Amino acid sequence: MTLVLSKKMDTFLSELTVPSNEIQSNIIEQLKGMDFPTSRDEYWKYTRVGKISNTKFSNTTAPSNEIDVAAHLVSDNYIVIENGTIRTELSQTNSDFAINYKDATEVNHLVNLDNNNVFTAINSGLFKEAISISISANQAIEKPLQLVFVSTGESNIANNRILVEAGKSSSASVIISNISNKANNCFNNTIIEASVAENAHLTLHKIQNESATNLSVSTEQVRQAKNSTFKINTFTLTGLLVRNNINIAVEGENCETYMNGAIVSAGKQHVDNHTFVDHQVPNCYSNENYKYVMDDQSTGVFNGRVIVQKDAQVINAYQNNGNILLSDNASINSKPELEIYADDVKCSHGSTTGQLDEMALFYLQARGISRENAKKLLVSAFIGEVISATNDDTVIELIQQLLSNEYGWEFA
Amino acid sequence: MSKALLDIKNLHAEIEDEGKAILKGLNLTVNAGEIHAIMGPNGAGKSTLASVVSGKDGYEVTQGTVEMDGQDLLDLDPDERAKEGLFLAFQYPVEIPGVSNINFLRTALNEIKEYRKEDPISAKDFMALVREKSKLVELDSKLASRSVNEGFSGGEKKRNEIFQMAMLDPKVAILDETDSGLDIDALRIVAAGVNKLKNENNAVILITHYQRLLDYIVPDYVHVLADGKIVKTGDKTLALELEEKGYDWLTEEKTV
Repeated sequence: MTLVLSKKMDTFLSELTVPSNEIQSNIIEQLKGMDFPTSRDEYWKYTRVGKISNTKFSNTTAPSNEIDVAAHLVSDNYIVIENGTIRTELSQTNSDFAINYKDATEVNHLVNLDNNNVFTAINSGLFKEAISISISANQAIEKPLQLVFVSTGESNIANNRILVEAGKSSSASVIISNISNKANNCFNNTIIEASVAENAHLTLHKIQNESATNLSVSTEQVRQAKNSTFKINTFTLTGLLVRNNINIAVEGENCETYMNGAIVSAGKQHVDNHTFVDHQVPNCYSNENYKYVMDDQSTGVFNGRVIVQKDAQVINAYQNNGNILLSDNASINSKPELEIYADDVKCSHGSTTGQLDEMALFYLQARGISRENAKKLLVSAFIGEVISATNDDTVIELIQQLLSNEYGWEFA
Repeated sequence: MSKALLDIKNLHAEIEDEGKAILKGLNLTVNAGEIHAIMGPNGAGKSTLASVVSGKDGYEVTQGTVEMDGQDLLDLDPDERAKEGLFLAFQYPVEIPGVSNINFLRTALNEIKEYRKEDPISAKDFMALVREKSKLVELDSKLASRSVNEGFSGGEKKRNEIFQMAMLDPKVAILDETDSGLDIDALRIVAAGVNKLKNENNAVILITHYQRLLDYIVPDYVHVLADGKIVKTGDKTLALELEEKGYDWLTEEKTV
């Protein structure tokens, strides 16, 4: 057997500067023996990464002086990160969360190369400072911490690493905003590792509002201890290529896990959500609801995987994926995957794809509402269900504002 | 003589794609201040008439004209017809989950006002109007704030149609089998609502199978629609005659 190594990775890495430490140098060396995924890889079947692998990104661009994040801020506790570099002078934090910036030498279990995930390895080999966020035991924090990742300039790569530790019986939420300031063809590669301790409640809101030429791959690795609740809400509004990997290991009993997604795409956007819930123990509940509204030639992928391990009895796992195609040229590949190895479980999944209801459109028009506005009302109602499920008025208001800015949708 | 609000001349229409002719030279003039009832056997084209006049997709008008208050309707989109003052109460009101009755009506009302170059209605005035008009059809104000028709009973849906009619104050209202699926109490409420909304400047067209409705909303004219045409016109006594004799004598009379 001959091993043919692609030169793609060498080219990809050629303009990138690796932080000077042994750990990351080693990761980059290993990375050189790896290749980008192709459509032959099941995990990447419908998502081509050529736009990423064929670009020589830079990670040494000087920070810009004009960064505007005001329109996206919904908390007075926030950190601004530009192209992977933490801009402390533009940030404002209080003592609610314990925040530390760590280089690679201070981060444990840096990378798991076993799963052969190229983007994880790229992130591990190149990130500059990880943001470590801790919530102390028994602490209930009302106001969210907001991380604002800003892409700026031309063909810059951002490798963002975030570690969240929600202590025992704590409760908090973190908003992750991905935005652009005059950015073109930038690549955001983000990993969030979260551990949710016993009896803790942690919510992550991801708001993806990048420029129309930007690329993004993000991975959330989550572990839940017993009696904990984890929620992740993903809102994708813009961005040329957006790939989200959510992997949740439910390791303790009596956990609740919620995943909501609202995706709006137009133009030539491609949005891919891969979620994975691993029910390892009995007596847990998980609920997933992803809705896509797709216009123009945009394409979508939804892959929702749930495993109920042997002996993980009394699991209730629900999954729903609903899609509306506003154009004849938009398309989505939806794949629910349930693997159940226990016998006393309740699992359901459903996937629907269709157009807007013509009868409803005519009904609204017959009352004097233009077809265009009738469509907006129906689309807002369809996706509004997911948005209101976040139960966070600040976030709901922000999403509605952004959707109004981007697509002219009004909610009520 | 009062002015014609709806003037349909020699209307021919067929189902698109199938090319099946449904309306075959229908003439109907409705003046301001009048109530007209259109009755007729199943498949005569009653609901098609309502659909064609309101602009629903799927029908092709091959001949004839439809004018409302002097304005040609056939070239207008459904929403523009509504903005000109046409209202269709649906035989089967559509359930629209996630869109609140109130929100959609305010959107509609303000679009209509914008079309007529009037100022938008304030939130306060709108809510006052909702309270006033929902009383008219004894519609629980809670229903007004729920999703459009979602989980409404058959009677509530029909009352909601008349509530919307009251909110939008049309020149011409076509009520397509609004009496179907109503019990006698709901029928009285709906009829009372329509009677209160009726005035000398507007007109109502009732499409119905049954004479029963006409006990409560008394028409000035009763038309019999059969095989795509109006085959007989009379006053309210015609409805009683139809109730007694059915439609056969009319369609047979024609062939004799």
